[in-house]
Amino acid sequence: MPTREQSKTQQAQRDQDLAQLAGGLDALENAPGGRRRRFDITGVLAPVAVVVGLILLWQVACWAHLKPTYIVPTPSSVASNLWGLITHGTAWEAIWVSVHRGLIGFLASIVIGTVLGALVSQVALLRKGFRPLLSAMQSLPSVAWVPFALVIFQGGPALIYAVVLLGSVPSIANGLIGGVDQTPPLLREAGTVLGAGRFELMRSVLLPAALPTYLTGLKQGWSFAWRSLMAAELVATSAQLGTGLGGLLSNGSQDSDMPTVLSAIILILLVGVVVELAVFDPLERTVLRRRGLTSSGL
Amino acid sequence: MTAVTRQPGAQADERRTPAVRVHGLRKAFGSAREPVLALDGLDLDVAAGEFVTVLGASGCGKSTLLRLLAGLDRPTSGEVDVQGGQPALMFQESALMPWLTAEGNLQLALRLAGVPRQERAGRCTELLNAVRLGNVASRRVHELSGGQRQRVALARSLAQGSQVLLMDEPFAALDAITRDLLHQELLDVWRADQLSIVFVTHNVREAVLLGQRIVLLSSRPGRVLRTWDTRDVPQDDVAGLTDEITHALREEIGRHAHA
Ligand SMILES: Nc1ncnc2c1ncn2[C@@H]1O[C@H](COP(=O)(O)OP(=O)(O)OP(=O)(O)O)[C@@H](O)[C@H]1O
Ligand SMILES: [Mg+2]
Repeated sequence: MPTREQSKTQQAQRDQDLAQLAGGLDALENAPGGRRRRFDITGVLAPVAVVVGLILLWQVACWAHLKPTYIVPTPSSVASNLWGLITHGTAWEAIWVSVHRGLIGFLASIVIGTVLGALVSQVALLRKGFRPLLSAMQSLPSVAWVPFALVIFQGGPALIYAVVLLGSVPSIANGLIGGVDQTPPLLREAGTVLGAGRFELMRSVLLPAALPTYLTGLKQGWSFAWRSLMAAELVATSAQLGTGLGGLLSNGSQDSDMPTVLSAIILILLVGVVVELAVFDPLERTVLRRRGLTSSGL
Repeated sequence: MTAVTRQPGAQADERRTPAVRVHGLRKAFGSAREPVLALDGLDLDVAAGEFVTVLGASGCGKSTLLRLLAGLDRPTSGEVDVQGGQPALMFQESALMPWLTAEGNLQLALRLAGVPRQERAGRCTELLNAVRLGNVASRRVHELSGGQRQRVALARSLAQGSQVLLMDEPFAALDAITRDLLHQELLDVWRADQLSIVFVTHNVREAVLLGQRIVLLSSRPGRVLRTWDTRDVPQDDVAGLTDEITHALREEIGRHAHA
């Protein structure tokens, strides 16, 4: 190709120009982006204000004598009751009983839900069989299982775990299946072209791609596990089971001790909020930020 | 890779064995009763080390052809033969794994290609340097510009170590200057690694600039309408060739207006 030979010096010049151009483009592209977002104090103040407002409303209702105080106790009597529960250690004991049950049940749910989800998402026949069932299970409040579980497990601790599992496994499995299903086909194909077989595709493409949706499933799974646990503890009380937060609630209810009932509700809420804020929110944020899925304002 | 199985003295033969052979390729979509013929009777050979660009109207089946070559879809009938196993395929969008860094994406490709662990880091650096991205190795995909993403995608395709590289409008979404740069980089690695490339594009200028051979596909059904060889054309006549091909492409599209 004589024409190409002739233009060799021309070509070298062009290469040099391009290299310089590339340097310029890269410098622009590599400009440092995105400052770290500053801590937003209103995110804390706003919910606190709402809670304070609600307590005030409650106090006003008490002053107005809408109901006798043995039915609707005053905020201060609930506060002193709660303080008593905490200082006597009753609250910590109940929290420990419930939280450690909740954790064991939830961890077991993660294992079962994840394996089940992975299998159902990959095996066509299992998918046909289990997908509708899992969705149905997810919409069934697991407290509905309590009477049945009571009989089957004769009031033993297994009853509580069974109800927790029934509550959270479907959410976790569905989260994983949903995440796998929503994986962009393009990424799947990219994996296939790179030579990933069925197992590798699952491990290196589908599971990582499913992570955000899976995390949402885990979060929902935890909240269902916690609810189911409370429901089970509320209904199934025996010395054998010890007193968790649900048991505390149940005791208060039997004694018509409304300050204790409300204190138990507050503790149950607090545990839920703390787990969400301390575990799931940071986890979710990290995953989304790594993938560039958060807008800077959030 | 063919190099492993090559017989001594078979070099000359291998030059003649095409890297890609497509014969009587037919692909129908839709139901059996109302099939939509995307490709019908497409024949195409790509010699080892050859750079072929494929042009055609939108929807004529260019992507379908590449997907069939890459094994992402099966032909309805006809033969597809790609030397050296799974070819690499580069998409219009980078299709990088968003949870991995630039380097992580290359590591994944190297691992799936069976490169031993201790060789991966070195190979990774080599590849990133080949596309001049050594300084952004630890960035995640969303922190890269469109051009950088396509360069990582190119590096990832090279990481596969296939002799055949399929590219589906890989630079279509980039600005003209970045595209020029990537053309240069692509030509460099093509020469250096003696790749066989099938490059699909809408852009006639790009096709002429890159391709040794330019293949124009017809629409509905897609088959090879005409072929040009840029190696036969003196370089100062590139503009003329571009005009000629543009004209042929317009004519083909216009034909459907009357159909
Ligand atoms: N999965 C599919 N199901 C049904 N029809 C399809 C499918 N994929 C492609 N087609 C059809 O096959 C034809 C060819 O599509 P293809 O994507 O290969 O075209 P293309 O040449 O790549 O177009 P473009 O230039 O717009 O990318 C089109 O008519 C399209 O509608
Ligand atoms: Mg296409």
